[in-house]
Amino acid sequence: MEALLALLIGALVAASVYLMLSRHVVRFLFGLVLFSNAVNVLLLTAGRVRWGAPPLVPEGLEVPLEAVANPLPQALILTAIVIGFGLLAFALVLSVRGVDALGTADLDAMRAAEPRADAAAKEPR
Amino acid sequence: MAADPHDAPASRAARLSTGVGIALALAAVVAVGRAQAGLLSGSSRLVAWTWFPDLGPSLAFHLDGLSALFVLLIGGIGALVLLYSSRYLHAHPDVVRGQIFLTLFMLSMLGLVLADDVILLFVFWELTTITSYLLIGFENEKPGARRAALQALLVTCSGGLALLVGLLLLAHVGGSFRISEWDVGVFTAHPFYPAILILVLLGAFTKSAQIPFHFWLPNAMAAPTPVSAYLHSATMVKAGVYLLARLQPTLGGTDAWFYTLTVVGAATALWGSLQALRQTDLKLALAQTTVMGLGILVLFLGSNSALAAKAAVTFLIVHALYKSALFLVVGIIDHASGTRDVTLLGGLGRAMPRTALAAGVAALSMAGLPPLLGFIGKELAYESALALAGWPFLLVTVLVLSNALVFAVALLVAYQPFWGPPPDPPRTLHPAPFAMLLGPLLIAGLGLAFGLAPSFTGHVLIEPAVSAVRGLPSPVSLSLWHGWNAPLALSLVTIVLGLGIYRLRAPLVAATGAIAARLPWTGDRAYDATLVGLQTLARIQTAVLQGGSLRGYLATSFATIVVAIGGVLAVHRAFAWPTGGESVPPTAWAVAVLILAGTAVASVTGSRLAAIAALGVVGVGVSLLFLIFSAPDVAMTQLMVETLFVVIASVALLRLPALRGPELRSRAGRTRDAALGLAVGSVVATLLLAVLTVPLDPMLGDWFVRQSVVEGHGRNVVNVILVDFRALDTLGEITVVAVAAMAAYALLKLAPPATRPKGDRR
Repeated sequence: MEALLALLIGALVAASVYLMLSRHVVRFLFGLVLFSNAVNVLLLTAGRVRWGAPPLVPEGLEVPLEAVANPLPQALILTAIVIGFGLLAFALVLSVRGVDALGTADLDAMRAAEPRADAAAKEPR
Repeated sequence: MAADPHDAPASRAARLSTGVGIALALAAVVAVGRAQAGLLSGSSRLVAWTWFPDLGPSLAFHLDGLSALFVLLIGGIGALVLLYSSRYLHAHPDVVRGQIFLTLFMLSMLGLVLADDVILLFVFWELTTITSYLLIGFENEKPGARRAALQALLVTCSGGLALLVGLLLLAHVGGSFRISEWDVGVFTAHPFYPAILILVLLGAFTKSAQIPFHFWLPNAMAAPTPVSAYLHSATMVKAGVYLLARLQPTLGGTDAWFYTLTVVGAATALWGSLQALRQTDLKLALAQTTVMGLGILVLFLGSNSALAAKAAVTFLIVHALYKSALFLVVGIIDHASGTRDVTLLGGLGRAMPRTALAAGVAALSMAGLPPLLGFIGKELAYESALALAGWPFLLVTVLVLSNALVFAVALLVAYQPFWGPPPDPPRTLHPAPFAMLLGPLLIAGLGLAFGLAPSFTGHVLIEPAVSAVRGLPSPVSLSLWHGWNAPLALSLVTIVLGLGIYRLRAPLVAATGAIAARLPWTGDRAYDATLVGLQTLARIQTAVLQGGSLRGYLATSFATIVVAIGGVLAVHRAFAWPTGGESVPPTAWAVAVLILAGTAVASVTGSRLAAIAALGVVGVGVSLLFLIFSAPDVAMTQLMVETLFVVIASVALLRLPALRGPELRSRAGRTRDAALGLAVGSVVATLLLAVLTVPLDPMLGDWFVRQSVVEGHGRNVVNVILVDFRALDTLGEITVVAVAAMAAYALLKLAPPATRPKGDRR
């Protein structure tokens, strides 16, 4: 069962890398979304999966009667989802402002902070 | 006409800085002078404080004959130089800064010669480098001074780094950071010896301006004259000589030591004296003779014979005295007449008799004439060279030639400006104050006094130092008259040759100048080429490592992941397929297909809305996966976040340019990116598969399940972890989201709408 998830994660990562390497800022953002998803599933898988046994303790007991899913990766993923959302929201806003300010959505042309060496050399000192 | 600024009273800060500096210098001299009696009987003094007790280095200081001699020179000449420079820099706006730098430099030098711990020694070594950088670059508005200062810093610092490694190796082999605790016999046979020797010699040769690192020293003439007088006579450049003398018992006595020091020293001596003759700037001429003097000292430290040590220590004193006196004299000439060009000077003797006297006495010592100490030093040098094994003839030739050239330079410095034909028209002179005259007169006088009292000089000053250099008691008795012998004959040859060179100076200068002009490269040019090369390298490196392209950074990072992790996996053949575990529920197959379909559409679609919808499908699919695999909380959160994302992204992306239009990536680019993506995906999948074959330690998860109700009073274990056991992490998470929200808000609202100039669209 985990092997299937591993292959699925590989496919998600491959697609997200392909998108993040795009020159269009919107595709980069899509890649970021896919990457977050891939990493979250990876966390779950690495902690081993189990179906139909959520980590809940039934009423009246101090510990569950039967083995339950590993709760630790789930806690980590919850944190990761929220942080990932924060990152995405910020990246989205930054992209909108960046496109507004620079007049382009081409990542190769967004070079205000680190201009090309040859362009810098031509500028008067 | 305005009042002469030289006659204005010194500011309070200037007087204070001078006074403190001189007081410190004299305190050092007096303290060591009082200890000198004990040193005569062969004992030495050690004091140590703990510094880094866990690491080993301590604040350990050691006063023996060698340190004492250096302290006397540094402190004595330092006090007079400070007094001199308080007048020399009198009208300079930064006189206080200069005096403070000089004092700091002096203290660094004192620390250097007194340090017993090699780490401490290195710290002081680099402090002298830094303070000398500040001193050489004192006239920081002149590009020449800045260049010279940087050059001295870079050359001596790179040597200093080599020295640091050498010292650490020494401490490792010696088993202690304290030089005084070393068993001097264990080093030369150790396998590290060649490395130690090379590293230590790199440090000493760069600091003491030996060929091929000699070029920085003449350039350091950009410093004010009193600074040059100090750096060149008793301090900075002698630090390397001090180090060699200090380590001679440890590292000396081998062929490698002997031949390296002798050859480098002799070459440096000859080169420096030849260069000195060519100069018309008096200061430069003296600077070049410093190169010569350092070469002589290194040469004699190469041999571990008592005679060579005696010659080295005696010449050390001789050189420190005449060099500081003559530099100060040149400063007075410059101060008085406004030039240091010997071709423009002459006839000053009548107007400046006391300066002429100081110059004359110091120059006699420089030329090596009796009854001055320089004469004794030269006789010892000849005697020692004749006794050296190897090729005494060659060494003696080099020495006689160097000394004859220096003889000529001494005449040039002390005779030509004072008693040569006066220029036409005569220059107007500005008399030097007594504070400036005191130094050269006193120092030149010492050269005479030490020569007239050879037994005192030999026994009190030289013997303790020679004993320390050799590491065993070595009685020294000096005398002016050695009888009719070979050294005396060589002295006569030197004088005749020197007079001849002085008379034939013009053709000689022309000839050596022609040769020098043909040299394919010089140290200075090599230095420039090295700097240019470094800058080019830095530019290339920056262009490669920090190209400024987000895609470049990402591609590099992903490729690194592929190479590093994939490489390790491949090397360890960590390809595995986890077996066992539960079977895949059919719903999971369906969800996986859903996710793959969404991913495929998002990757290739040209429509923003289609992409967002596809991503939504992926997100929902992932949350279904969470639900199937027993993570209901995660699934719920994921579903909410996914919904939020689709809404926000749809709104925001409407403000972003459409995906349609000219495809930005070329076909080849897309193929390359797809290949990289597949590679990263494969590496991640392979890594995960390999991880899954390793049994998981369930301890942590089990603990949370067992303690959830007992300790956390909650039945949802994941919730209890987040809000109880790891509550602080959750607080951090909330903070991150809050910061991201604030930053996004600021970007959207607080920044004014971008006003970009028309035509700037790229």
